[in-house]
Amino acid sequence: MSSSHDSLRTLDYSVIQQCMHCGFCLPTCPTYDATHLERNSPRGRIALMRAIADDRMELTRAFADEMYFCLGCLACMTACPAGVEYSQLFETSRAMAEKSAVLSNPTRRWTRRLMLKGLFTRPRLLRLVGRLLYFYQTTGLQKLFRRLGLVKLLPSRIQQLEPQSPAVRAKFSHQLIAPVETPQNGIIRYRVGLLTGCVQDLVFSNINRDTADVLLANGCEVHTPPVQFCCGSLHGHNGESETSRVLARRNLDLFDIEGLDAIITNAAGCGSHLKTYDRLLAEDKRYAERAAIWSTKCKDISEFLVQIGFRAPTAKPANLPIDKLTYHEACHLCHGQKITVQPRRILKSIPGVRLTELAESTWCCGSAGIYNIIQPAMSQQLLSRKLGHIANTGAAIVATANPGCHLQIENGAKATGSNIQVLHPVSLLAIAYRTE
Amino acid sequence: MTTDIIAELSARFPPQAVITQHEDLLAYSYDGTPMLQQLPRAAVLVNSREEVAALLALASKHGTPVVTRGSGTGLSGGSVPLEGCIVLCTARMNRVLELDTDNLTIMVEPGVINNEVAMRADAVGLFYPPDPGSMKVSTIGGNVSENSGGLRGLKYGVTRDYVMGLEVVLATGETFFTGNKCVKDVAGYSLKDIFIGSEGTLGVVTKILLKLIPKPAARKTLLAIYERMDEAAATVSAIIAAKIIPCTMEFLDRTTIRCIENYSKVGLPLDCEAILLLESDGHPAAVEEEAKRMEQIAREHGARSISLAKDVEEATKLMTARRMAIPAMARVAPTTILEDATVPRSKLPDMVRFVQKTADKYKLTVGTFGHFGDGNLHPTFLANERNPEEIHRVHQAVTEIFSYAVELGGTISGEHGIGLTKKSFLPGAIGELNVRILGELKRAFDPKGILNPGKIFDQLRSPNDAAARSPAN
Repeated sequence: MSSSHDSLRTLDYSVIQQCMHCGFCLPTCPTYDATHLERNSPRGRIALMRAIADDRMELTRAFADEMYFCLGCLACMTACPAGVEYSQLFETSRAMAEKSAVLSNPTRRWTRRLMLKGLFTRPRLLRLVGRLLYFYQTTGLQKLFRRLGLVKLLPSRIQQLEPQSPAVRAKFSHQLIAPVETPQNGIIRYRVGLLTGCVQDLVFSNINRDTADVLLANGCEVHTPPVQFCCGSLHGHNGESETSRVLARRNLDLFDIEGLDAIITNAAGCGSHLKTYDRLLAEDKRYAERAAIWSTKCKDISEFLVQIGFRAPTAKPANLPIDKLTYHEACHLCHGQKITVQPRRILKSIPGVRLTELAESTWCCGSAGIYNIIQPAMSQQLLSRKLGHIANTGAAIVATANPGCHLQIENGAKATGSNIQVLHPVSLLAIAYRTE
Repeated sequence: MTTDIIAELSARFPPQAVITQHEDLLAYSYDGTPMLQQLPRAAVLVNSREEVAALLALASKHGTPVVTRGSGTGLSGGSVPLEGCIVLCTARMNRVLELDTDNLTIMVEPGVINNEVAMRADAVGLFYPPDPGSMKVSTIGGNVSENSGGLRGLKYGVTRDYVMGLEVVLATGETFFTGNKCVKDVAGYSLKDIFIGSEGTLGVVTKILLKLIPKPAARKTLLAIYERMDEAAATVSAIIAAKIIPCTMEFLDRTTIRCIENYSKVGLPLDCEAILLLESDGHPAAVEEEAKRMEQIAREHGARSISLAKDVEEATKLMTARRMAIPAMARVAPTTILEDATVPRSKLPDMVRFVQKTADKYKLTVGTFGHFGDGNLHPTFLANERNPEEIHRVHQAVTEIFSYAVELGGTISGEHGIGLTKKSFLPGAIGELNVRILGELKRAFDPKGILNPGKIFDQLRSPNDAAARSPAN
């Protein structure tokens, strides 16, 4: 089932028309900043979209390339005085580009089918792959593979990516979190659902456990379905809007939306997308109503904690250099969800924390979903810029609330020989609670 | 002249600098002005004075029009391309060349963003006052070409008051510098002043020497709410009469206040007619006294409520209402037409009332805000460009507003420039002779008429005369 949101020509024209081409987005756009080419700016991209919507231009390969050169960091949305829904325009443009197949070639088709439609729609299969990767990484196979130089047999792009492959956890979320957990003292103030994510589930299941712990410590009964579906952000941002709607429906079916007070996510990229289920399913008669409720109840963990007046921890986490801490804002938290104060409030509530503000803290680190894979040069440029700012703070810990940024900064730091630690703010809070 | 200019440009410039792909050109087909769009033939991202000179020499040779553009934030169509033109984009010429703390100057390339100058100055305890609304985006080159203003005009003046020197490339490719670091300089005509505000019609600026001043040590902000606009106007007059020159005197009218409140719920009263935002800056003791005095004057003249910010945080909060004006209005309608009619300060209440009356007459929504201290108003029409009939009514209303502004001894543009959108109003505003002198002046600098031709005024039609005087021949 397609939707009017899948083509710029059928999309509500007022969304495009809202851009008054004032140019306020220009200095906030990392790609424009790098090239100073108007086409690489949000305003330039919207001009192209409008030309397509007006039938003044065909959807060309150059247009599709431009849409994939955009990071989708949404910094332009924070800067925009007219409130242009750039994320919607950008997703529609990519969906339209995919439909037109101007970028299509056998390798790209195969990879996209395997990853987007195969792996990231089947949570059990994803976990199986994660499990295999875990054995590869822990049994010495990876070391052997690297020592024998077998990596060199891989295609060059994969060779470059191999060292970046994230270390998979021994236990995934469902092995760490029971389907329903109740606060120790038995007093339930809120009933919340917990989203465990895909990357978060395989690579950062500990952050999911920390999130559950923090929620429990604040009087929440936590409902965590053991098998969850990808939120669909990966698909939505990469032109697979139909799949993203399928996944949204599956997630809606998984939770008692009416009964829960909130549905919690701890991954900024997911949260930014999860909150748009209302828009995504607006034309779906069966799901529209529930999707609308979902969107009002879906909260980022830091947003929810501050909203309910979370308890400040009383103990200082031991063995962590929390007096040298900085905070990197995930684009999809600060620009996508406009959450900037809450994570800082959480960090500052922890005894012993000294937060040094990061220059350009809201500037994209280059992770941007799978951008680091499809646009490695631009991604690396942004990563270096970010790491430079981090080094300038003298911080030993970088707090950040998105798995993509987390991995990007961790890998980047490792590559430069820095032993800086990356931690989710909620993990720091959980550690502080545990120290009490 | 059988070779094509594009081929010659491609041979002269690095591969990525000459842009001809349709998708790229679309992105250079507009500036910040609503409803104006024209594809250029090519765009060139220049990187040095030499490249600018080379481009202009080639354009002169081929008689190809050149439209210079910085960040493209202009609001009168000054940098909108002309048919068949080459866009000369200065965005990559963005180096700060020298910060001279002995002579209090900064030398920059035209593509440097206004805010960059402000921040560089601030870092060494200096101050660059011109702060157009687009200061985070717009380039100094563009600011000079449009003689941009901002919120601080009354006390600190506009861009012109800070330009000490310019390096200019003429249409022929010849380059010269006008001005220097001296405060006093009467050697010949002040050529730099002719280029300031010339909207890219006389030459291309490739270096700008700007004056900086010491940073005011303190500032104090207050916000006053009025039930009647005349009370706000009387407050402004009384403040000036009391020999206080605040750095900011911003004004919001009823429609603007309602839009802001609907959008951001900052707690503005909906039944008031005007809000004044006043700011004093300078020596801490003076600022303290001025702020108190302003508060007293506002109260004496009927302000319903006055908030005086205790610290920077509170000041920022008070400024929010003013900053929200454009975002709040831009969200009400797809097309925001921002004008900048300006009248002598004393005529401002008349003008605001006239704007409202005219909007009512043409059944239009208009919010008016602006700089009360310098009489520079921004009547902002909220319309839909896809409704030609409504746009026609906006044009009718704007025409009447401009006529009235001129009648009151004011001008059709305080800070946005004439460009394309106000061209037809210029003769009425400044007189035919004045326009002719502008034309003669342009012909002296640009005899072939390749630099942004047809902007501000129509080119004088006497090609033989132009050719005879051309220094290129």
